[in-house]
Amino acid sequence: MLMSRWLPVSPWEEMAQFRREMNRLFDTFAQGWPTLAAAYPALNIWEDEEALYAEAELPGMELDELEIYVTGNDQLTIKGERKRSTDNNWTWHRQERGFGSFTRVVTLPLPVDADKIEAKFKNGVLTIRMPKTEAAKPRKITVTAN
Amino acid sequence: MSQNALVQKERKEELTPERMRNAPTFSPRVDICENDEELVLYADLPGVEPEDIDIRFERGELSIYGKCKPRHQGTHLLNEFEVGDFYRAFSIYEEVDADRISAELKNGVLTVHLPKSDAVKPKRISVKAS
Repeated sequence: MLMSRWLPVSPWEEMAQFRREMNRLFDTFAQGWPTLAAAYPALNIWEDEEALYAEAELPGMELDELEIYVTGNDQLTIKGERKRSTDNNWTWHRQERGFGSFTRVVTLPLPVDADKIEAKFKNGVLTIRMPKTEAAKPRKITVTAN
Repeated sequence: MSQNALVQKERKEELTPERMRNAPTFSPRVDICENDEELVLYADLPGVEPEDIDIRFERGELSIYGKCKPRHQGTHLLNEFEVGDFYRAFSIYEEVDADRISAELKNGVLTVHLPKSDAVKPKRISVKAS
């Protein structure tokens, strides 16, 4: 599984985490087919007045290995492939870091201007800035007294 | 008494210090592999600047601490991961040449090279024809 982190360190915390995950799994089954499958990469999305921002942790990748585009004004797609770190001539003691190709498609809560998207990649963190369309920007409505 | 105090001090140093910053600490995912010459450790530390990484090797223990600066302020719409520091420590049982340990960070992946000391390297013995 392609993930770049997991939660701490103490066995008690790990057991608590496991219990939470099992509870969550059963909760999702109770509501129908689980939709909360671990999608990669995990995304944080936030906004200000001008734009939507999306952030993903993709350690070990290069910006030109990633394909980022928006279709239909609100479907953000991130595609890429993470390669294995070394060849097979080594003796492996641990292999926890995943590799392989991935595609993530998310529906954005607002329409964005697909031509003006900027992506930045620094220290393994991808940040995408997506300016909102004029129609989606907040407008201040002045109230006139009559 | 003085000897006792020394022992206690050493014990205290071995404990992981508590963090004063209220940020979560994550255990980074690692790959560790080995050949005749060295052990190599790869760790995913996304968002950590090279100057914020602290790698120590003492008493056979390799510890990695990466401090991650807080990012993105604004109204959150989707939150699938948290940003926090990274910490993980390993006991290394191989004889490692501590002076030649080197590390590099590229695109959020830390690579630590731990060269084996000459005493444990396998030696090839050439056989001469008589």
